[in-house]
Amino acid sequence: MSDLPKDLDTFRSETREWLEANCPAEMREPVRGEEDIYWGGRRASFKNDAQKAWFEACLAKGYTVPAWPKEYGGAGLTPPEAKVLRQEMSRINARPPLSSFGIWMLGPALLHFGTEEQKKHFLGEIARGEIRWCQGYSEPGSGSDLVSLQTFGEDEDDHWVVNGQKVWTSYADQADWIFCLVRTDKENKYQGITFMLFDMESEGCSTKPIKLISGNSPFCETFFDNVKVPKSYGEGIPAYVGEINRGWDVAKYLLGHEREMISGADGGNTGTIGAAMKRHAGELDPVLRAELAMFDVDALAYGAMGEKFLDEIKVGKAHPAQPNMMKYAGTELNKRRHELMMSAGGSRSLEWESEETNGGKPSRNWLRTKANSIEGGTSEVMLNVISKRILDLPGS
Amino acid sequence: MPLYHDDDQAMLADSASQFMAEQGNIAKQLRHWRDRDCPDGFGHELWKQFAEMGFTGMLLDEGDGGLGMGHVEAGIVLEEIGRNLTPSPFLTSSVLAATALKHGSDDMRGRYLPGLVSGESVFAVAIDEGPKHRPERIKTRAEKSGNGFKLSGQKDFVIHGASSDMIVVAARTSGSDDDNDGITLFAVPKDAANMSHDAVRLVDSSVATHTKFDGVELDGDAVIGEVDGGREILDAILAAGRVGSAAEGVGVASGAMDMTVEYLKQRKQFGKLIGEFQALQHRASHLYSEVEIARAATIKAQQLLDAGSEKADLMSSVAKAKVAKAAGLSVREGVQMHGGIGMTDEYDIGLYMKRDRALGEFFGDAYYHAGRVAELSGY
Repeated sequence: MSDLPKDLDTFRSETREWLEANCPAEMREPVRGEEDIYWGGRRASFKNDAQKAWFEACLAKGYTVPAWPKEYGGAGLTPPEAKVLRQEMSRINARPPLSSFGIWMLGPALLHFGTEEQKKHFLGEIARGEIRWCQGYSEPGSGSDLVSLQTFGEDEDDHWVVNGQKVWTSYADQADWIFCLVRTDKENKYQGITFMLFDMESEGCSTKPIKLISGNSPFCETFFDNVKVPKSYGEGIPAYVGEINRGWDVAKYLLGHEREMISGADGGNTGTIGAAMKRHAGELDPVLRAELAMFDVDALAYGAMGEKFLDEIKVGKAHPAQPNMMKYAGTELNKRRHELMMSAGGSRSLEWESEETNGGKPSRNWLRTKANSIEGGTSEVMLNVISKRILDLPGS
Repeated sequence: MPLYHDDDQAMLADSASQFMAEQGNIAKQLRHWRDRDCPDGFGHELWKQFAEMGFTGMLLDEGDGGLGMGHVEAGIVLEEIGRNLTPSPFLTSSVLAATALKHGSDDMRGRYLPGLVSGESVFAVAIDEGPKHRPERIKTRAEKSGNGFKLSGQKDFVIHGASSDMIVVAARTSGSDDDNDGITLFAVPKDAANMSHDAVRLVDSSVATHTKFDGVELDGDAVIGEVDGGREILDAILAAGRVGSAAEGVGVASGAMDMTVEYLKQRKQFGKLIGEFQALQHRASHLYSEVEIARAATIKAQQLLDAGSEKADLMSSVAKAKVAKAAGLSVREGVQMHGGIGMTDEYDIGLYMKRDRALGEFFGDAYYHAGRVAELSGY
C-alpha cells in the first residue's frame, strides 16, 4: 500500500527480465516427483544442470529466501515486492529454487525470536541450502494435544540429555538438523518446553520412515536415545530459540504460520476443477457436473477469501485467529477437490503405477490430501479455536 | 484494490448500521407493517429517511442528483438492510431501476430520477416469467404500434410491483423467445392502461405481483436505451441484482448467525450453557467460516463490477450462489440451535429463515448461479 505502484511496475518488469534470463526452461515444467524438488542439505545433489543453474542464480540474487533481510542471505524484498516475485514466478510456472522446512518454519521462528548471532549463523545456512532441517513436534501420545509432549531433556549443566520419540517428522531420514520441542520441566505444562536445535547425526538419534496409504514415505518416526545436546553453539548462539522453558510460545507462533501456509492463503492451490473438465464437457454425468459447479463456487469464493485475508493481514485488520478458519476451510476444500477429481477421472485415476498417470499421481495425491485436515492442527481443533477465540463461546 | 472497506466506506458502514438498527429494525418495520397487513409491505416514511441519509440516489451520477457511488457502497447499505430484515424499496429502486435508468435519455432521467432521489418514488423491475429466474428467455412481447409499442405478456415475482410509480420491463421486440438479441427495456408508468397486478404476499411478508400486460400502449419515449439493444442493459441490471441481493444475503446470514451465537451464550440445559457443547461449537464455527467466505466473495464481486472488469460476470454468480448457500445454512442452523422457541413467531430467528428463502430465489438461486459458473467456465 505504501509503495508507489510505479516502483512496483518497474520492479515487476525487472523481475520478468531477470526470470526470463535466469530460469531455465526445464525449471518451468510442473513438479512431477520428489526428485524435482531441491531440498538442499549435506547430502543434496542436483538432479540436472538446470536445477543447479536455477538454484545458483537465485542464491546469488537472494531469491532462495527473497523476503528475508540481505544480511541473512535474503533479497530484502518488501511484502509487495515479494508478492510480485511470486506472481511472476507463478506466471511462468517457475519451480521454487530451494524448498525446506528451514525456510518455511525455522526461519520465521528465528527471525521473530532469534538472537542476532543465531540469525546470522542458522539463517545463512538455510538460505544457502547447506543444512536441511526437519521439525520434531508430534509424539505418539501427543498429536492434537501437542502440549502434553513427553520427550525429555535432562539438564546436565552445559548440556541436556534428550530421551523420547517424535512421530510424523517430515523427511527426518534425509534431514541434517532438527528443531525439536523438548520438555525441560515436568512440573510446568506450558512453560516447561524448550525449542531445541540439534544435529541429527548426534549419537543416539535414529529415524524410521513411515509408509503412508499413498505408498509414499514423507514422514518418519524419530528416536532419541540419550542424545547429548549442548546448550550453546558459540558466543550468542544458544541451542534453543527464545528462552529455556518458553518453547511453547515459539511453537504457537509457528503453528499459526504453518496454518497460514497450509491454508493455501499465500498463493496456494485454490483452483477450480470444473474448468479442467472442459474437454469432457459433453461426457460429464449431469450430477457430477453439478457437484463440480458447486465446488467451483466454493473454490472461487475461497480464493476471494484468501485475497481478503492477506489484504487484512497486511494492515492488521484480520482477527488473530483467522488463520485457523483459513486452514479449516482450505484443507476441507482441498479434500473435496481431490474426491471430485478422482470421480471425474474415472478408472484412469485408479491407476497406481502407470506412465499415463505419472506413477499414480491422481490416486496418491488424493490419498495424501486426507492428511491436510489432520496435520498442523486437525479441522476439529481449528473449529475449537474458532469457537473460543472468534465466537467467544464458553469453554466446557 | 484491497478487499476491505476504505475509510470512507467504513464511515458509511457505521452510519448505515446505526441508522438501520434504530429506524429499520424488525420491531419498527418488518413486524409493524406485517402485523397491519400493509399492502406495500414497507413504510414510506422510512423510504423518505433513506433519502435524507443520501441512500436513495447513491448509485446515480452527481449530474442526476446522485452520489456517484458504486456497488461496494450500495452493498454496505444492503448488508444492513439484510441484518435488520428492513423492508424497503432500496434494492428494486435505488439499485435495479437506477441501473436501468442510467441508460435512459435526458428526458427519461429527468422524469424519474428526482422522485427517486427524494424518496417520493418507488420503482420495480419485471424480469422473471414463471416461478424460476430464467432471464435468458424473454417471452413478453412489445409490438410496434404507431409511434410506440403495444406490450403483451406476464411477469412474475415483481417485488413492489403494485406499489411502484414505474416498472422497468424487459420485453422482446424481435426474434424468438430464447434469442440473446431483440430485447428492449421499457419504463412503464403505473397508470398505464391494460396493465393489471395480482398482488400476493410472500413467505417473508414482502409483496410481489404477477403483472399482466394486455396490450399496454407505450410511447416511444418509454424505451430505455435503444430498441432491440436492451440485453446489455438487462445484463447490467442482472449483475447489479446479483451482487445486490448477495450483499443483502450476507446481512441476513450475519444477523441470523450473531443472534444464534448470542443465544448459545445464554441458554442453559443440563446445568450448562449450550454454547459449551462441542457439537454446537463446531457447527457454529463452520457457519462462521462459510459466512466469512461468502462475504469475501461478495466484496470481490462488488469491486470487480465497480471496476468494469470482465471477471465481474463470473464472480457475481459465484457471490450470489455462495451467499445463498451460506445464508441458507445460517438460518437453518439458527432455527435448529434455538430449539423450540426457534419455531415460534415471537422470536425473530424464524423471520430470518423466511427472508432468506425469498431473497435466495430473487435474481436466481444457488443452483441457477452454480450452473452459470459451470457454463462461464466452459463445461
